[in-house]
Amino acid sequence: MSNTPDDRKYADSHEWALLEADGNVRVGISDHAQELLGDLVFVELPEVGQSVGKGDECSVVESVKAASDIYSPVTGEIIAINDSLEDSPEAINESSYDDGWIFVVKPVDTSELDDLLDAEGYENLIEDE
Amino acid sequence: MPFIPHSEQDIEQMLSTIGANSIDDLFDEIPADLRCGDLEKIPKGMNEMEVTRLLRDRAAQDGLPLCFLGAGAYEHHIPAAVWEITTRGEFYSAYTPYQAEASQGTLQLLYEYQSMMASLMGMDVSNASLYDGASALSEAVLMAVRANRKSKSRKILMPRTINPVYRKVTEAIVKNQEIELVEVPYDSETGQTDLTALEQFVGEDYAALVIPQPNFFGVIENVDALTAWAAENKILSIGVVNPMAMALLKPPGEWAEIGVDIACGEGQPLGVPLASGGPYFGFMCCKQQHVRQMPGRIIGRTTDLEGKQGFTLTLQAREQHIRRSKATSNICTNQGLLVTAATIYMSLLGPDGLKKVALNSHKTTQALAVRLSSIEGVSIVFSGQTFHECVLRIATDTRKLIDELAKDHHILAGFNLSVDYSELGDTILVCATETRTEEDIEKFAITLENVLNK
Repeated sequence: MSNTPDDRKYADSHEWALLEADGNVRVGISDHAQELLGDLVFVELPEVGQSVGKGDECSVVESVKAASDIYSPVTGEIIAINDSLEDSPEAINESSYDDGWIFVVKPVDTSELDDLLDAEGYENLIEDE
Repeated sequence: MPFIPHSEQDIEQMLSTIGANSIDDLFDEIPADLRCGDLEKIPKGMNEMEVTRLLRDRAAQDGLPLCFLGAGAYEHHIPAAVWEITTRGEFYSAYTPYQAEASQGTLQLLYEYQSMMASLMGMDVSNASLYDGASALSEAVLMAVRANRKSKSRKILMPRTINPVYRKVTEAIVKNQEIELVEVPYDSETGQTDLTALEQFVGEDYAALVIPQPNFFGVIENVDALTAWAAENKILSIGVVNPMAMALLKPPGEWAEIGVDIACGEGQPLGVPLASGGPYFGFMCCKQQHVRQMPGRIIGRTTDLEGKQGFTLTLQAREQHIRRSKATSNICTNQGLLVTAATIYMSLLGPDGLKKVALNSHKTTQALAVRLSSIEGVSIVFSGQTFHECVLRIATDTRKLIDELAKDHHILAGFNLSVDYSELGDTILVCATETRTEEDIEKFAITLENVLNK
């Protein structure tokens, strides 16, 4: 489990949130989450311009055996979505921390990120599961 | 072994394990005033012989009336082979089985059903059926609200020409989800949904427009214009159609060339006999792009590891055994047995056979309307073209008239519209399918004349 990048924060619900240089927050799901879900077959993306609250459901990832909601880790507005997931949802399986990002939020208050777990805390969480 | 899950001994053992004295103790939490106590209005049990006698007597009270009543359920001829085959042991199961893939025959049948419905409706995909036409519309409304991502609206445009029962059922199912049904009026000349009245809704946000075909008055709607209007205003369209009529009319997948987003309706005309309150079955089809929002089961065809054809449940990830409360629907099931009958009915008739039944029903109703409206005091209400039902105004109390014809003459004269459509006054909705003959129509006409001239 040493492949959890320590440049970002993690939610209990297995999303990662990366604060970028421009102050926006990129969101995806952890490697652990994609492994639990199995082969992804569909991603229902949020709409650009949609406003989201911290903890709001805003996307759904669907594998052959389950469909899971993705919750926004911060409050703000969706300013970008990963369109390429519509045709190749497997990018999440192959590169959950990189090419498999799902959406970008322009946050209202970046201090909300402080409530999330760091890489070590998240690794402890999934070990306990 | 009897179907009694627990013996007295089992029950005692379980109670003593958890330290309870009786089963009643387990319900202690529920305050006494919330319990209904004995069900006084429910009569005592009867044995099989007594029940058979009771129900036979009650059935005899119905007699064998001559039926001109439609209004959502229609008497069509059902070839004897349909139910002979349907009730064979291999088919005689009401559900998709829990270990679904072990029952390849059932899955193949559902796959064939879906293929036939998608073809009849001109749509991309069909589910494995729903409870009935009214709940299919309710599910379509819920689905449209989920699927229309361009709209935040929870408002649905619902024509007044939709079956009033469908409207009531839909209202009951969606109102607690804060979905609002907004009524669209009809043109009092033609009986069609009023296109000019739609203008008042332009610029406001709605999730979907419901389009009946034919509508409750039997009148053929201008479906192309309605579908195009919805698309122009970024509103999804829901076609509610009589499947028999689709053998003759343009199917919802081709309306305004783009087709509707969701098509649904009552499957009863396809091989299901009339019964008071059913069971019937609902059907639902949609465009490929909405398939993940469609409730219910979908069977797919695939190949196994050895390359052999097989059938499987597909797109299950949003069903309730996986998504629980977030499933696309928690109140849908398929009506497997009735779908089996419908599939066999459609197979036996084929597209040409269905078309003949539809055309014959249309012609018979035209003949009925002409004959009845030749009687003094009876007139056709709407100028719009009709499929196999027609609204007649009769210069008498239609409720009493219908009762008298049923009671004294064994004729079901039609559906009394004066309650749900009081603005129409004394009017009835009549229907004549391919099962009605010229003699039947003449008998109805002469009896009606006599009753009116009394």
